[in-house]
Amino acid sequence: MLSFSDISKFIDSWLRDIFNPTWTMVIEMMIAGVCVIGLFAVLGLVLVLMERKVAAWIQIRLGPNRVGPKGMLQSLADTVKLLVKEGMTPDGADKFLFNFAPFIAMMVAMLLMAPIAFAKDFQLWDMNIGVLYFSAISSIMVISILMAGWASNNKYSLMGAMRSGAQIVSYELSAGLSILAIVVLSGSLNLNDIILSQADGWWIFKGHIPVIISFIIFIIAVTAETNRAPFDLAEAESELTAGFHTEYSGMKFALFFLAEYINVFIVCAIGATLFLGGWMPFHIGHWDAFNHVMDYIPSSVWFFGKTFFLIFLIMWFRWTFPRLRIDQLLNLEWRFLLPISMFNILLVTLMAILGWHF
Amino acid sequence: MFIIKYIKEVFSGLKSLAVGLRRTLYYFTHHKEIITEQYPDNRETLKLSDRFKGEVVMLHDENNEHACTGCTACELACPNATIKIITQFDITPEGKKKKALDKFVYHLELCTMCNLCIVACPTDAIKMAQTFEHSVYDRSELTKILNKPGSHIRAGVE
Amino acid sequence: MVEEIGTTVEGDVLINVGPQHPATHGVLNLLLTINGETIKKVEPHLGFIHRSIEKMCESLTYRQFIYVTSRMDYLSAHINNHACALVVEKGLQVEIPSRAKVIRVLMDELTRIASHELWWGAMAMDLGAFTPFFHAFRERESINDIMEETCGARLTMNYIVPGGVMYDLHPDFQKRVKDFITLYKLKIHEYDEMVTGNIIFQNRMKGVGYLSAEDAISYGCTGPTARGSGVSCDIRKLYPYEVYDQLDFDEILETGCDSFARYMVRIREMNQSIRIIEQLIDTIPEGDFQAKTKAVLKLPKGEFYQRVETARGEFGVYIVSEGGNTPYRIKFRSPGFSNLSALDQMARGSKLGDLVAMMGTLDLVIPDIDR
Ligand code: SF4
Ligand code: SF4
Repeated sequence: MLSFSDISKFIDSWLRDIFNPTWTMVIEMMIAGVCVIGLFAVLGLVLVLMERKVAAWIQIRLGPNRVGPKGMLQSLADTVKLLVKEGMTPDGADKFLFNFAPFIAMMVAMLLMAPIAFAKDFQLWDMNIGVLYFSAISSIMVISILMAGWASNNKYSLMGAMRSGAQIVSYELSAGLSILAIVVLSGSLNLNDIILSQADGWWIFKGHIPVIISFIIFIIAVTAETNRAPFDLAEAESELTAGFHTEYSGMKFALFFLAEYINVFIVCAIGATLFLGGWMPFHIGHWDAFNHVMDYIPSSVWFFGKTFFLIFLIMWFRWTFPRLRIDQLLNLEWRFLLPISMFNILLVTLMAILGWHF
Repeated sequence: MFIIKYIKEVFSGLKSLAVGLRRTLYYFTHHKEIITEQYPDNRETLKLSDRFKGEVVMLHDENNEHACTGCTACELACPNATIKIITQFDITPEGKKKKALDKFVYHLELCTMCNLCIVACPTDAIKMAQTFEHSVYDRSELTKILNKPGSHIRAGVE
Repeated sequence: MVEEIGTTVEGDVLINVGPQHPATHGVLNLLLTINGETIKKVEPHLGFIHRSIEKMCESLTYRQFIYVTSRMDYLSAHINNHACALVVEKGLQVEIPSRAKVIRVLMDELTRIASHELWWGAMAMDLGAFTPFFHAFRERESINDIMEETCGARLTMNYIVPGGVMYDLHPDFQKRVKDFITLYKLKIHEYDEMVTGNIIFQNRMKGVGYLSAEDAISYGCTGPTARGSGVSCDIRKLYPYEVYDQLDFDEILETGCDSFARYMVRIREMNQSIRIIEQLIDTIPEGDFQAKTKAVLKLPKGEFYQRVETARGEFGVYIVSEGGNTPYRIKFRSPGFSNLSALDQMARGSKLGDLVAMMGTLDLVIPDIDR
């Protein structure tokens, strides 16, 4: 069966036949870069369409249904529109920072793609500190938002940026702690090892209630970290018009927009890897026949299926809940999520030491 | 106790969120609840109620005759000066001069569809039509002459 | 951004909310003085949609001026028209047939429900929940359909004329209204599930936007805004007009004085409106729908005033007549204007996000405030 790892191995050996190792390396990097950009574009189109459809169905509407079959090409048409729009830079803005901020957002999103295992043996960079890398890079995200907010020379933008700064910094804590639970259980920072440790069952099933709690906290924290409703205070349409990207238009706005969706994808991919076993198929104990059938489904399908399930969860939240107020948002973190996840990590550690998990 | 209150707070909060999520999931999965009308596609089946106030029109019968006497009651009733009645003098068969309608000028762009003119008309010569797609490319197209060319007042209408 | 004049304290920022801002539902300009996220002062600026309706009405006859009032509080257009018709009838001393009275009350209550439905959706949208807005439109749409069938228009009906109503009810009216009541009862619990019971929503509303009963009275607040502070001010109960004195319904009073109390007043008011409609819908008296009036209406010399309860509060029409066929002077007392004036009192010291919630609970319709 053709799998992603076979394709990559084939390309690798083919290139090695033609070029020397250095050139092979360079060409492979270029191919990876092109693939990531391609994935970005596809993900952007798919996720925007998915969001609009989910929103529409929840809101008893039909959603986009004009461009292309069943409205499939709607987001493509929107992209074209954004591309041809004028990208304005307001008077009095810090021009360099203003134009640079969207690219930082994009770069962060791109960097975050590196450790994700899309399928069995198919990863851009199998580093041994993948989890740490993810936590570290994702906190750079806030810089682009702060930059955009500050450089716009607009009070709404500035307030949105400041809100977002407070929010991301605090929610990083509980996101980190809930990730730590899995690190403790699997004993590794390497994403591949974490996936392999779930061969006999995903952590969410193996880890009893503490892992379920950390899963819930993880979902809440990453929703806040990616600035999605009900934590979209940085944009807060009804309060701050559009928050930090009020002044952005055209393609620069599109980059922010795209980065938001890519970030959602990445955090969901990490969530799927840590809690739902990444590309690991669904296995039940000793039902060998069932497990065999599951093994026939390609690993990439498992990975994307789980990721999109989590993305759906986040979208579902967005279209159901009202937005929090800024002090409530911080309250939720410091009064509820942080103590609970601290206590939870103790439980998990105890569980790991005593070997209570399956 | 503090801890019990805290845990209760967390659970009651989560429950209220779950209730909302269940409701939206219901709509997400039940597409028969969708109420959107596919407007330009459903022109054939789109039926507006017969009282819908879309535009003032003048009724003509098959002999190209209307019932407007040119009495200007509608012009006076209109709050927006939407209607302008231009009259002329017809010569009746008996040789007498008689006031009759020449042009019924109707400015659709000024009309607020208040129905006062229809109510004011003593001979029911005008009524509301159920059209609603009024957009045109030029404003002048909205000024209409309601009596058809060559039309006459129906015999017997005073 | 305007020049920052008048900022005295270090750290204070002047910020313009509106006239083009998603939260103000129209062209209202709020000049905020904020310190960080905390609001220190709110100054509403009006005038962006001033059409001088009062002056305009002075040149229109007593039959004509009614339709203009639909353009003020367009969400309770019918009730505005009703007030104008009542004041003209008061001056002319005509007795209107009981069928017309019942029809008017039915339409009023349907309008009130439609207005509250839209408010509910818009209020949730102010708080960042988009879905309720669309769900509210489902119920509102069926009321609009009823209006379209009987009155011929969906928003600015102009169905009421001095002496009665313009034409009789549509034959389907009773059936359609009963269908609507069934739909409403089937769906109303979803409002609680999606918004009222939601923990985020409750935390956003409770204890926010405090308006004490004394303040409500001194600012002249009426309608659900005042009733949320426990001030009894339902014109339908205090100064009954048409058939309201024969009906069995409750005046909703909440004593929370906060945004949540105002929210609950409106939600519970919808149920009362349904109760009124249920009492009337099967017993619409037969007879004329319009009293005989002269072709040209002339009010006797004098002053006339009539108030009604719209979806937003007390709406009053004051006419000075010199005996001609147009009013000499006309003045509308719109509920939104007084309610808006309490915003500063409510908002001081709260967070920017709460300002939006408070404006939502005031249920502002800008053309009503700014005539
Ligand atoms: S409907 Fe009203 S505004 Fe339109 S022409 Fe008739 S009276 Fe004038
Ligand atoms: S339409 Fe009716 S009211 Fe108007 S001029 Fe003709 S007859 Fe008179």
